[in-house]
Amino acid sequence: MNTTTAADNVAVDADNSTSPLLVVEDIHTSFMVPGGEVKAVRGVSFELNQGKTLGVVGESGSGKTVLARSVMRLNLGNNVITSGSAKFRGSNILDLRPKAMQKLWGNEIAMVFQDPMTALNPLVKVGRQVTEHVRHHLGISKKEARSLAIDLLNEVRIPEPENRLDSYPHELSGGMRQRICIAIALACEPTLLFADEPTTALDVTVQHQILNLLNREQETREMGMVLVTHDLGVVAGRTDETMVMYAGNVVEKSSTKELFEDMQHPYTEALFRSIPKTNERSHTRLTAIAGRPPDLIAPPSGCSFSPRCPYVQQKCREEEPPLIPVNNGSHFSACWFPVGTEENQEAFRKNVAAGLPQTLVIEETLTKSSEKEDGV
Amino acid sequence: MAGSGKAHLRPEDETLIRVEDLVVEYDIPGGDTVKAVSGISFDIKAGETLGLVGESGCGKSTTGKALIQLPKPSSGSVKHNLVELTGLSSEAMRRRRTDLQMIFQDPISSLNPLRKVEDIVAEPMKIWGPKDKSKQQEMVDNILDAVGIDPEQARGKLAHEFSGGQCQRISIARSLILDPEVLICDEPVSALDVSMQAQILNLLEDLKKKYHLTLVFIAHDLAVVKNISDKVAVMYLGKLCEVAQSDELYENPAHPYSKLLLDSCPEPDPTVVIDQTVSDDDELPSPINPPSGCRFRTRCPFATEICSTEEPQMEEIRPNHYVACHHPLT
Repeated sequence: MNTTTAADNVAVDADNSTSPLLVVEDIHTSFMVPGGEVKAVRGVSFELNQGKTLGVVGESGSGKTVLARSVMRLNLGNNVITSGSAKFRGSNILDLRPKAMQKLWGNEIAMVFQDPMTALNPLVKVGRQVTEHVRHHLGISKKEARSLAIDLLNEVRIPEPENRLDSYPHELSGGMRQRICIAIALACEPTLLFADEPTTALDVTVQHQILNLLNREQETREMGMVLVTHDLGVVAGRTDETMVMYAGNVVEKSSTKELFEDMQHPYTEALFRSIPKTNERSHTRLTAIAGRPPDLIAPPSGCSFSPRCPYVQQKCREEEPPLIPVNNGSHFSACWFPVGTEENQEAFRKNVAAGLPQTLVIEETLTKSSEKEDGV
Repeated sequence: MAGSGKAHLRPEDETLIRVEDLVVEYDIPGGDTVKAVSGISFDIKAGETLGLVGESGCGKSTTGKALIQLPKPSSGSVKHNLVELTGLSSEAMRRRRTDLQMIFQDPISSLNPLRKVEDIVAEPMKIWGPKDKSKQQEMVDNILDAVGIDPEQARGKLAHEFSGGQCQRISIARSLILDPEVLICDEPVSALDVSMQAQILNLLEDLKKKYHLTLVFIAHDLAVVKNISDKVAVMYLGKLCEVAQSDELYENPAHPYSKLLLDSCPEPDPTVVIDQTVSDDDELPSPINPPSGCRFRTRCPFATEICSTEEPQMEEIRPNHYVACHHPLT
C-alpha cells in the first residue's frame, strides 16, 4: 500500500499560499451523441481561493454539474471531450494520469453528490464506506480507521456513532445518509470540496441542517467549496461568490451580496423573479421565464438567452456578448443591454411596442403588481 | 398538534369537502402498524385552495389520496357535497372520482411514454365522456390548448418526447378533461426547474378561475404553498398543527413547528441572517411508534410536562387562525 500523501506526488506549490486554490480556464466539455455534439460547457473560467465558497446556479441543462464533474475528471466514457485547464494548486488536473488522479480524489478534492440514496453502496456497512479511502490514502489500521470514523460521525452530528457504523445505508434516513456522504468527503481532510445539489433531495428542515453543517466544516477546515444548486435561496446566505450559468456559459459572476443587490444579466433577473417568496402576498403572480432552455447541439446564434429574453434586440441575436466587468471590476456580466441601464429600458420599451410576447408577459405582471401595491 | 380537535371546521353546508377524524394506517410485516394519518379534520370551501405542507413522512400525500379513497381510510369520514365517501360502494365511488381528480409529483412517470398524447388525454372519456369521436377530439384539443400545449403539434406525439414541464401540463389536461370539481395536486412542481415551476403555478391559478376548480395543493416548499393557497394546513407526523389563511400563517406562525419550517426556508436574500442555531440533528420520529401527547414535543424547544401527557386540541388564537399547541407562540 502506498503510504505517501498526495502532497508528495503532485507538484504542489506549497510556498505560494496566496495563489488561488483552483484556477479554471476556458473549460469546454462536449458529449458526442448520435444526434451530434452536445456542447454542455462552453468556455467557463473561474478562480477559487482557499477558505472561500463559490455558488454555481442555473436550471437543469445549464452545464453546472458537468462543469463540476469536468474539474473532478468524473465524466467517464469515450464520447466526452474536455478542453481547457483546471489548475489545482498550480498543477493542471486535466493533464494528470489516472493514477495521479486517484491520489487527488477523496484525498485533496472531494465531492458530495445530489442523491444520498444512490451515492452509497447499499450492501456495505456505513463504517467501511466512511473509511475505505482513508485506509487507502493514509494506510492506517482497521482499528485506527474505526476510531476515525466515530470521530467523523460525531462531527457530522450522527447520534450513537458506534452503532451507526454497523448500519447499512437503507437503515438510515435521507438526511442521515447525506451526513454520511459528507463524513466520507471530509475523511481525508480535503482542501477542495464540490457539493453538487447536496440538499435537493432533502426536506427543508434537513436542508437547513445539512447546509449549516457544510458551512461549519468549510469554515473550520478552511476548505474551498463549490456549491452547485438550482436554488438562488441556497446560495444567497451561504456563498462568497456566485456564478450564474446558462446553456453552458457563465452569464454573470459576482460577490453574492452584489449579485442580489445589483443584478446585471436578464437571466439572473428572470430566475430571481420566477421563484415564489415567502414575504410576498399569496396569489402573487409569478413572472415565469418564457420558453425552454436551448438545444445544446445547436445553440442559438448570438446570446444563448436571446430567444427567451424580454430585452432582446437584433444585436443579441447576432453577436455573442462577452463576459465583461461592470462597476467595480469584480462583477462580471455577459449582456449587451444589462438590467438597470438606459439601453435596457429603451430595449424593453421597444419590445413592448413591437408586441414581443415574452416582453408583454413581464410588462403585464409588473403593471398588475404595481396596481396591487397602489390598491393596498 | 400535533394534536386533534375540530374547532377549526366551518359549518358543514358551506363546505365542498369535509374530512373528520381521518385515520390511515398500514400494517407492515412484523406486526407493526404505520400510523400515517392519525385523526385529522379539515374542510375546503368550493373555489378555495387548501395547501397541505409538512416534511416527508408527515402524511400529506396519504391524506390527499384518502380523499379519493385510494386506499379507503382506516376510519373517519370524508364528505364530498355532503355525501359520505367512505361508505360508498366501489362502483359509486368510481363514478364520483370524475369529480375528484389528482395530479402527481413525477410528471414523466405518470404518463405512459409509449402512448400518444391525444390517447392519454382522451382516455377518461372512453368511459365517462361523450361517445362521439369528433366531439372527443374537440374536447382534447380545447383542453390541450387551455394548458398551453399546441394541439396541432402535440396530438400525435408520444409522451416521452416531452420535457418534464410539458408532461405536467399533459397530466393536468388529462385530469381536467372530465370537468372535475376538485383537483388534488400532490407535489406537482417539486420535480420541476424554477422556471417551469413558475409556469405551472401560474397555469394552475388560471385554470382554477377558468374551470371553477377547488384545489388541494400538497407540497413541502413553503414559498410555493403560500403563493398558490388561500388557506394552509401544517401537518406533522400524521397530525395537524396549525390551520390559517396563508398570509396570516406566514406572518404570525403560532405553532413551533410552523416556525421551524419557515425558519428553514432558504430566502433568496443574502442580507437575511441565517440561523445557525437551529437544532442540528433532530429527525422525524417513527410513525410506527409516535411520541405520546403532542407528537412534535421531541423536537420542540418549548416542550414541558403537559406536552407528553396531553394531546393539544385545535384552538382559535386569532380570528380564523387555529393552532393545536399547549404553548403557542404569540
